[in-house]
Amino acid sequence: MSEAARDMQDLYRELVLDHSRNPRHFGPLENATHTADGINPLCGDKLKLYLRVNAAGEIESSSFEGTGCAISVASASLLTDAVTGLPVEQAQACSAAVTDRLTTGDQATELAANLKKLRALDGVRHYPSRVKCATLAWQALRSALNQDNTPATTE
Amino acid sequence: MSASAKAVSAADWRADFPALHQSVHGQPLVYLDSAASAQQPAVVIDAVSRYQREDHANVHRGVHTLSHRATEAYEGARDKIRDFINAGSRTEIVLTSGTTEAINLVAQSFCRPRLHSGDKILITHLEHHANIVPWQLVCEQTGAELVVAPINDKGEVELSALLDLIDDRVFLIGIAHVANALGTVCPIEKVIEHARQRGIPVLVDGAQGVPHLDVDVQALGCDFYVFSGHKMFGPTGTGVLYGREELLESMPPWQGGGDMILEVSFDKTIYNELPYKFEAGTPNISGVIGLGAAIDYLQSIGMANIACYEQDLHDYMVAELKKVDGIRLIGEARHKASVQSFLLDDIHSHDLGTILDHQGVAIRTGHHCAMPVMQYFGIPGTSRASLAFYNNHDDVDRLIAALGKAKEIFG
Repeated sequence: MSEAARDMQDLYRELVLDHSRNPRHFGPLENATHTADGINPLCGDKLKLYLRVNAAGEIESSSFEGTGCAISVASASLLTDAVTGLPVEQAQACSAAVTDRLTTGDQATELAANLKKLRALDGVRHYPSRVKCATLAWQALRSALNQDNTPATTE
Repeated sequence: MSASAKAVSAADWRADFPALHQSVHGQPLVYLDSAASAQQPAVVIDAVSRYQREDHANVHRGVHTLSHRATEAYEGARDKIRDFINAGSRTEIVLTSGTTEAINLVAQSFCRPRLHSGDKILITHLEHHANIVPWQLVCEQTGAELVVAPINDKGEVELSALLDLIDDRVFLIGIAHVANALGTVCPIEKVIEHARQRGIPVLVDGAQGVPHLDVDVQALGCDFYVFSGHKMFGPTGTGVLYGREELLESMPPWQGGGDMILEVSFDKTIYNELPYKFEAGTPNISGVIGLGAAIDYLQSIGMANIACYEQDLHDYMVAELKKVDGIRLIGEARHKASVQSFLLDDIHSHDLGTILDHQGVAIRTGHHCAMPVMQYFGIPGTSRASLAFYNNHDDVDRLIAALGKAKEIFG
């Protein structure tokens, strides 16, 4: 296999392709307590993230909808898998850790056991133009938890 | 021209572009993104470099030798531009930073002082953002209305519907010569003919027109024709506003500063003559000299030869794309130039762009700065392959092969 083909497989790992083809928790969420829009103005990708946070401060349920490339859809799908059931503070820490890992290219940012799957997104670090696709959902998560009404944008 | 003669010419042209001779991700580069920005031939790069090394000085200001040389070369480029689009006079050639600035200039200097609430600016649904947003701004400033002529599902302007929209309140019509997202060649001759009968000025956005078609602004009879240097194999940061002298004379300056004045005191400033009235400040001297060199180069090949060669190559590309299982062509106008937008299966265009890049094939992905066109087709974006005369059949074959690889990955 050529180097280029290996790189492609590193970016489009099986788990990424799986989540982009069959996104988990896709669609609006009834009784959502927090929502946020994520927009990438350069490519026109848009997603809406829904969270239901209970009285104990845990994310009881989450979902998303929108259009985007395989990377952005897979990232949002993996996000909803990862944060459902987490206390808000932990979800925020998650968001920081994942964004750090994707943007700094620093594998030293270790991911907690429940986030191991998100390593599937590691391939984007070699594609500067695609990092924003992967971070969009996580920016929306921060906006939603901060109750920020302005859409999260990659720019 | 025989087929073999064509092949030889194309090989020669390709050899003139240094950037095309490199590998990307271990594969020879196939550059199919000329509609976003075209590569530059060595003669352009050399002209800019020679100017920077030997002749650089400010223009229109100095009595010394270098300033004289710089001015000669800069103004010489203006004459080449005049000749290239067959404008009646060099005073009608205003140098700008690009198409975008030229349209903003017309919107703010020609339209804004004259527009009244209820007047209309008429454009088409095919326009890119540079021929939409400047009009929206001036409409907000004046209370005028932006009216949009519809397109059909082939990506063609509905001419009769456009003509029906022309009424006494239409102040100006803005229309692309060639639409950037879809490659549609618009029926500008007919639009200009009808507009002239009613005394309505027409601005033609020629950003995608001049690289591919032989443009004669006098034969067209348009009032304004605007284009960018970097899409016609010249440097970025250069552009042209052609305007009929009578209209340019009647317009106030666009920006104030040096070069656009004859005399300045704190009581009153007397503006310079055309075209300098619209060229405040030190211009992009090296870029304009490069643009002049690009025009020399294009004229040495001949725009008619370029158009003919590109049409054949475009038709080959479209025919080959149609054979790809799962392809959906976006934009199938009868008259097109050098561009094909498409979707492949349900693969997002950015994923496709990344996979193609990995095989050395550069295409544009996304909305192509023409979001309303994407909205019309109900899609977020497309993949767009755009050709120049330095492309050939092998490039198209490589594109098709790369699409096959993308299908394997996303299978």
